Amino acid sequence: MMTSFLFRAMDARAGIFLALLAAVILLVPAGNLLVPESSPFHVPTYAVALMGKYLTYALLALSVDLVWGFCGILSLGHAAFFALGGYAMGMYLMRQIGSRGVYGDPILPDFMVFLNWDVLPWFWYGFDMFWFAALMVVLVPGALAFVFGWFAFRSRVTGVYLSIITQALTYALLLAFFRNDMGFGGNNGLTDFKDILGFDIQADTTRAALFAASGIALGLCYIICRAITRSKLGKVLVAVRDAESRTRFLGYRVEHYKLFVWTISAMMAGIAGALYVPQVGIINPGEFAPANSIEVVIWVAVGGRGTLVGAILGAVLVNFAKTWFTAVLPDIWLFALGGLFVVVTLFLPKGIVGTVSQGWTALKQRKVSANAESGSGTPPTAPPQSPAAPANMAGPAKAKPLSSEPQPAE
Amino acid sequence: MSFLKSILVLLCLAVLSNTSASAQDGNDALRPLVNELANGKFDETQRQVEALKATGDPTVAPTLEALSAGDLYVRKSDGMVFIAQREGKSYNLTDPLTGEEAGTAGRREVKKIKVNNRLRRVIRSALGSLTLQAPDPEVRLTAAEAIFKAQDPEKLEALDEALAAETDDQVRTVMEQARAAAVLNSDLDESDKLEAVQTLSDMGNRDALSLLIAAQSASTGAVQEAAASAVAKIEKSIATWDAAQNIWYGLSLGSVLLLAAIGLAITFGVMGVINMAHGEMVMIGAYVTFVVQELIRTSAPGLFDYSLFIALPLAFATSGLIGIGIERGVIRWLYGRPLETLLATWGISLILQQAVRSIFGPTNREVGNPDWMSGAFEIGQMTVTYNRMWIILFALLVFAGLILVLKKTPFGLYTRAVTQNRRMAASMGIRTPWVDALTFGLGSGIAGIAGVALSQIDNVSPNLGQGYIIDSFMVVVFGGVGNLWGTLVGAMTLGVVNKFLEPYAGAVLAKILVLVFIILFIQKRPRGLFALKGRAVEA
Repeated sequence: MMTSFLFRAMDARAGIFLALLAAVILLVPAGNLLVPESSPFHVPTYAVALMGKYLTYALLALSVDLVWGFCGILSLGHAAFFALGGYAMGMYLMRQIGSRGVYGDPILPDFMVFLNWDVLPWFWYGFDMFWFAALMVVLVPGALAFVFGWFAFRSRVTGVYLSIITQALTYALLLAFFRNDMGFGGNNGLTDFKDILGFDIQADTTRAALFAASGIALGLCYIICRAITRSKLGKVLVAVRDAESRTRFLGYRVEHYKLFVWTISAMMAGIAGALYVPQVGIINPGEFAPANSIEVVIWVAVGGRGTLVGAILGAVLVNFAKTWFTAVLPDIWLFALGGLFVVVTLFLPKGIVGTVSQGWTALKQRKVSANAESGSGTPPTAPPQSPAAPANMAGPAKAKPLSSEPQPAE
Repeated sequence: MSFLKSILVLLCLAVLSNTSASAQDGNDALRPLVNELANGKFDETQRQVEALKATGDPTVAPTLEALSAGDLYVRKSDGMVFIAQREGKSYNLTDPLTGEEAGTAGRREVKKIKVNNRLRRVIRSALGSLTLQAPDPEVRLTAAEAIFKAQDPEKLEALDEALAAETDDQVRTVMEQARAAAVLNSDLDESDKLEAVQTLSDMGNRDALSLLIAAQSASTGAVQEAAASAVAKIEKSIATWDAAQNIWYGLSLGSVLLLAAIGLAITFGVMGVINMAHGEMVMIGAYVTFVVQELIRTSAPGLFDYSLFIALPLAFATSGLIGIGIERGVIRWLYGRPLETLLATWGISLILQQAVRSIFGPTNREVGNPDWMSGAFEIGQMTVTYNRMWIILFALLVFAGLILVLKKTPFGLYTRAVTQNRRMAASMGIRTPWVDALTFGLGSGIAGIAGVALSQIDNVSPNLGQGYIIDSFMVVVFGGVGNLWGTLVGAMTLGVVNKFLEPYAGAVLAKILVLVFIILFIQKRPRGLFALKGRAVEA
């Protein structure tokens, strides 16, 4: 049953994406490790780490797309799950340092010695074992999401309200993790990692392996998301997104569906965080910043929400642009990011992938149908209060956007 | 030898103090005494200080202060003593008695008069009694307060003397308190001490409390009992005042939240637009204040005290116009899609932040407080700073003004009509797009004037708005979206709750607890404290 569930996820589009991803996973490490440095095809180590970081961001975007694109839950707090997963991994890496820290204490991490703590806090126990840390990477964000979602969805907090309290959640965690006495390193966070599973974390081979692991995790999560969204469950989710009350009236326990997909999504974000930390070498409370969560939403919106591939593409493209801009024109980056956001919400409500696939469908239809009078796809639907809108924004992108507000009830 | 000299001096002084000498004559008499300070070792200096103290003339106070601070020098050529301030390689000399400039001297021409800690103590006590009967009440007050702190029983005589001569009620009270403090520390008999306990108990503040606690443990019998009951009484009154102070701080924080959130309440209430760029409107208001103050500093420094009044309308206009621009340019295409407005306005907020950073630089900008906003006064045992007080008043004024605009003007009528039923309002001939634009402008403009107020208590930096945006959302969501009274109650409640939690949990934890509380509260009342009712809400 499980196999058929996963099998349903596969089609041409998924196949193409997974094949591309597999190629990247194989070629980038090979280009780094096997190709000599003199060759133009050599991939430098920093680029491997950078692309590995993009892949974890892509995984985070994928998890946001699952809840936002398919269930209409705009989470402005996914960075919290990402950072929690990251902290779980960071704690493992911290314990791996052993007595090689600045203070040379075999049990306590440096910052605890610095704060004159003499015993390891209870929540650090077990993090010297990789399997336990790996479990926590998934369980801690999952548990938080479950509790939060259980409260939120049961009392039907929806739309903007939900977005704002998810933001409050990550903000509260940000403040909490900034405290030195929380036992997570305060504002310095966790850093100075030495090795992971016995391998030197700085070594080229380890970096390549982490890159490959990120790619594989992304691929697996993509398959899972694809399976969820193409199953009957996924259809219910879309129904919830488009008309929550109607779905409820049809007898579906909407909050259960939401809770399930919300928790799964938080776990994916946790995994993304866990893969992110060893590749960048630090985790600090800044990762909880509400702005980070909103940036993830930007990636998804740019790529195209509700498309899965779009979220991944958006994350990689925007982050590539960010790396490039901040290196070349650092002052321009925020202008570009902000502008991108305004332009995408105004003119590309379906994002890159959504727009392209819509245009593709429209093109095929035009070929099929003899009368080519409505050449640009579905007729533009104006927002209720702005009759002047279509004139300026005609085109395929201007179709009725995937709006998360309920259909007009009156 | 020098002992003889001081006797001579004392004799000389005794003669002079009997004559009603003019100030200049007095100085002439004091001058040799002051010059004497340059001679001898610490022991002798101490005697000379006491001789100076015995004159009872407050004009020697600066000399003693300078001596204590190590600023008193003797000119080697003629043995004259001066207060000297080093400037480069030479010293600027000041006459210690008249305060007149006395030229400069090279480093080798003067010699510092040494002091040690024992001497400093003697000087302090001398200054205390010298100043107790000074003509200036401020000086007497300071002196009495110093004795209160030192609880020096040896000052009792001086105090009694001063009390007999004292005419100013306020100074008199402080002197009595100082006397009580000294009595408790002395070995006087029980009835005196009981009286002292009574005086301190009437005083009723923290200083009195610590004195009484000390007296309680040091004494026995009736005094101990009296002290114990006084301690209990004071502790109770202090707890009450603490609560009042907390409420005041809470209201002050609440009014800041109110200012930041009220514009948001309008834009969301009327238009269903969550404006993530709202914090940047606040920031722009603060920067307008900065620019206005810069202009005033360079061109018309006399207007500085009025800078905030000049900045207010400008900030309103600037933020309001930018708000209208945002509404016309971006938001009007997105009505009915609140989540997407949220994202688009976030993009705008990034652009505005970067724009301000590019123009004004990333660092904090200095915005000054006008005179009437600095300082503080005390009510009972509560400290009230002027800037907080004005901000509370200002927030309430803005709130009242806004209510008036919405309830009493045609524009307010249109706004409410559009809020309640947009389609019906449009059918009745109200130009809803313009109402939207103007309402958004109003909300943004109010954010701008909030920025003027916040510039007085916070750093003016490009991140200013970011610091308030989440809090503002919390207030609006907690109070009930679209309800101004809800925003008022929400802001004040959150402010007060925050301040009451702080002593137990610390500032950060208090904030976290408040956030968690709101998250839980939303579960119970998903539409806030004062939810809008009616059919339009569900749409």
